Amino acid sequence: MEAVHAHEHGHEHHPSGIMRWVTTTNHKDIGTLYLWFSFTMFMVGGVMALIIRSELFQPGLQVVNPDFFNQMTTLHGLIMVFGAIMPAFVGFANWQIPMMSGAPDMAFPRMNNWSFWLLPPAALLLIISLFVPGGAAAAGWTLYAPLTVQLGMGMDLTIFAVHILGMSSIMGSINIITTILNLRAPGMNMMKMPLFVWTWLITAYLLIAVMPVLAGAVTMTLTDRHFGTHFFNAAGGGDPVLFQHIFWFFGHPEVYIIAIPAFGVVSQVIPAFSRKPLFGYTSMVYATSSIAILSFLVWAHHMYTVGMPVQAQLFYMYATMLIAVPTGVKVFNWVATMWKGSLTFETPMLFAIGFLFLFTMGGFSGLVLSITPVDIQLHDTYYVVAHFHYVMVAGALFSAFAGVYFWLPKWTGRMYDETLGKWHFWLTMIFFNVTFFVQHFLGLAGMPRRIPDYALQFADFNMISSIGAFGFGLSQVFFLYIVLKAIRSGEKSPERPWEGADTLEWTMLPTPAPYHSFETPPVIK
Amino acid sequence: MTSQPDHYYLPAPSHWPVTGSTALFCMALGAVLAMNNAPGAGWTLIGLGAAIMIYMLFGWFGTVIRESESGKFNKQVDVSFRWGMSWFIFSEVMFFAAFFGALFYMRVLSVPWLGELDQKLLWPDFTSTWPAAGPGIEGQFTPMGAWGIPAINTLLLLSSGATVTWAHWGLKLNNRGQLKLGLFLTILLGVLFLGLQAYEYGHAYSELNLKLTTGAYGATFFMLTGFHGFHVTLGAIMLTVIFFRSLAGHFKPESHFAFEAVSWYWHFVDVVWLLLFVLVYWL
Repeated sequence: MEAVHAHEHGHEHHPSGIMRWVTTTNHKDIGTLYLWFSFTMFMVGGVMALIIRSELFQPGLQVVNPDFFNQMTTLHGLIMVFGAIMPAFVGFANWQIPMMSGAPDMAFPRMNNWSFWLLPPAALLLIISLFVPGGAAAAGWTLYAPLTVQLGMGMDLTIFAVHILGMSSIMGSINIITTILNLRAPGMNMMKMPLFVWTWLITAYLLIAVMPVLAGAVTMTLTDRHFGTHFFNAAGGGDPVLFQHIFWFFGHPEVYIIAIPAFGVVSQVIPAFSRKPLFGYTSMVYATSSIAILSFLVWAHHMYTVGMPVQAQLFYMYATMLIAVPTGVKVFNWVATMWKGSLTFETPMLFAIGFLFLFTMGGFSGLVLSITPVDIQLHDTYYVVAHFHYVMVAGALFSAFAGVYFWLPKWTGRMYDETLGKWHFWLTMIFFNVTFFVQHFLGLAGMPRRIPDYALQFADFNMISSIGAFGFGLSQVFFLYIVLKAIRSGEKSPERPWEGADTLEWTMLPTPAPYHSFETPPVIK
Repeated sequence: MTSQPDHYYLPAPSHWPVTGSTALFCMALGAVLAMNNAPGAGWTLIGLGAAIMIYMLFGWFGTVIRESESGKFNKQVDVSFRWGMSWFIFSEVMFFAAFFGALFYMRVLSVPWLGELDQKLLWPDFTSTWPAAGPGIEGQFTPMGAWGIPAINTLLLLSSGATVTWAHWGLKLNNRGQLKLGLFLTILLGVLFLGLQAYEYGHAYSELNLKLTTGAYGATFFMLTGFHGFHVTLGAIMLTVIFFRSLAGHFKPESHFAFEAVSWYWHFVDVVWLLLFVLVYWL
């Protein structure tokens, strides 16, 4: 009887307690796991950021020694990129892609489970690396040779952690692509897919293309360290710059891997609160695809100062500037979506608009950095730090917050407290700018990044930045409170809390979404 | 859009993924210890991890095979498997691309740079030619020629591509004898390839003074051919699995995706070898 049931519905016998979460093959459970894991890592990486900002509060060395400071900058970067932001968007993908495209679940539910459960061991390896002789990797998250060839065993742990994270990303992406290509409901053709689904299709393609390249790069580092190869050693005909080329061939698309799903979330939120369809849907799809293609052709703009023929510098400069065109199309479309819309400003919309302002600023500072002669001045200064935090934090993170507030009623059946949500937005917005806006000035004045001490003239702005960082960090603890409060005692959500949202999860599924949605495919007109 | 059945097969909760994660964690931690002055604990952990991994592979693939044989996978699931395997092979292509990229970079850029006038102060005697070990590597080495064992290996792998296709025809025509013989021959050719490759490595180390530590040429030669050999090993294991499944009467003329996946993988390994033969051995 049991077997017959299992055959009919897939899963009828559920382990309970912790084993439910360990063995689950349900896309919603796995999405939840990804999101909580991501938030945990966000807190861990955040504490590391605060250690960095504490040290930089004043000139001189007060809190940590320089080597530990370097370990913190390295782990902060790795954990935020691979542990916080990427899993957050995979969490959204897990929850939303099946519901938005009318699929019963992800295409490979067991592999989906594995994609998630590879993350905790990888994170554990990174954390263990802090406690081994020599400490964690201290070469920056970019793991440049030759430093990484010389570090202690913490570096080996980092290498294997990156391998496991890469496996997780590749399997997750294969799952997402296959779900999108093969499990859409009848009638849901490609150009009807919600933009969030489109952005993930493109992101997953990028991930499968570049994560193996990163695996190759760290494998070469490993063999250079322990097996006597000379990939990054000029004495053996290699070149440390080779590492940078391979790394940034991964690293630049990685930037878009983080940004593109964020574009997807914002492209769902802005139309919903403008009560208008997304302006220029088709051009959005083409713009996102062009960004993805161009992202493979610009990697050496991270390396203007390593020594490159001038023709190559020109090529990378112009190719980088070209990315501003499709990005401009997207920003224009978001603004045009709001034009003459009947706008309301609930928390998700506030975060989406915050995203729009700050991400555009991050884009502009990126355009400044793309100019080779300017970049040679600004390379490895706080201007770069400010730039990428505008796109990573105000871009990706703001968009993730928008997504959480937007879909929380659908996931849990409960509303968050709107007043508290608005407080969270404004605190985050203000403290973000207090932290990072001043870093533009520091960078323009020549303060180098990844150095625990600095000259006296940088003291004031650093103090402001550190105060902002602590405010920003506390605001995120407040976010945790808001989410927990909503889950425990939030008001019951109406069936359609946002009347402007018209994708399948809102129009065809009850709120909260049932454990299994679309067991029989819906028909899309 | 594919044909739409009423139900997509959703598997029950499974402990195999987390078992695999445990295995990988043990293996990673063990490898780190083994490489850093704790070989005893390291190798123990690696062994433990490998054992758990083998247990997981048997368990997980066993489950999938049982599901497949009991007819739980409809046409749509089959298409999912096809997409999944294709993208997996694409990710493998990109992994090899990183190492081919390193080869091109060293050959075209970094080795010639080291021979330029700028470097004369540091390395006055180095002239850049390919194959090169680099200016700081002591001793002479002989590069691996293309027309001995590597040419034979090319023939072996190309023939194995043909035999696996012949086996596939046999399967499609429900000629089980041809299927089994074809698979057996493919495995034989694969193992022969690996044997010759091992002999070639021994030859390189003992007679040509060509080692992993032999600078640019040694690193790219052994890493590229080594990862290829590793993939041939995996492919041969996969072939062995489907060989035994054929003996057990699995696969039908109209549905045999596991067979096709393995043959795709085998052809992929074959194509990588052709690139290796031309770019590493020959040119």
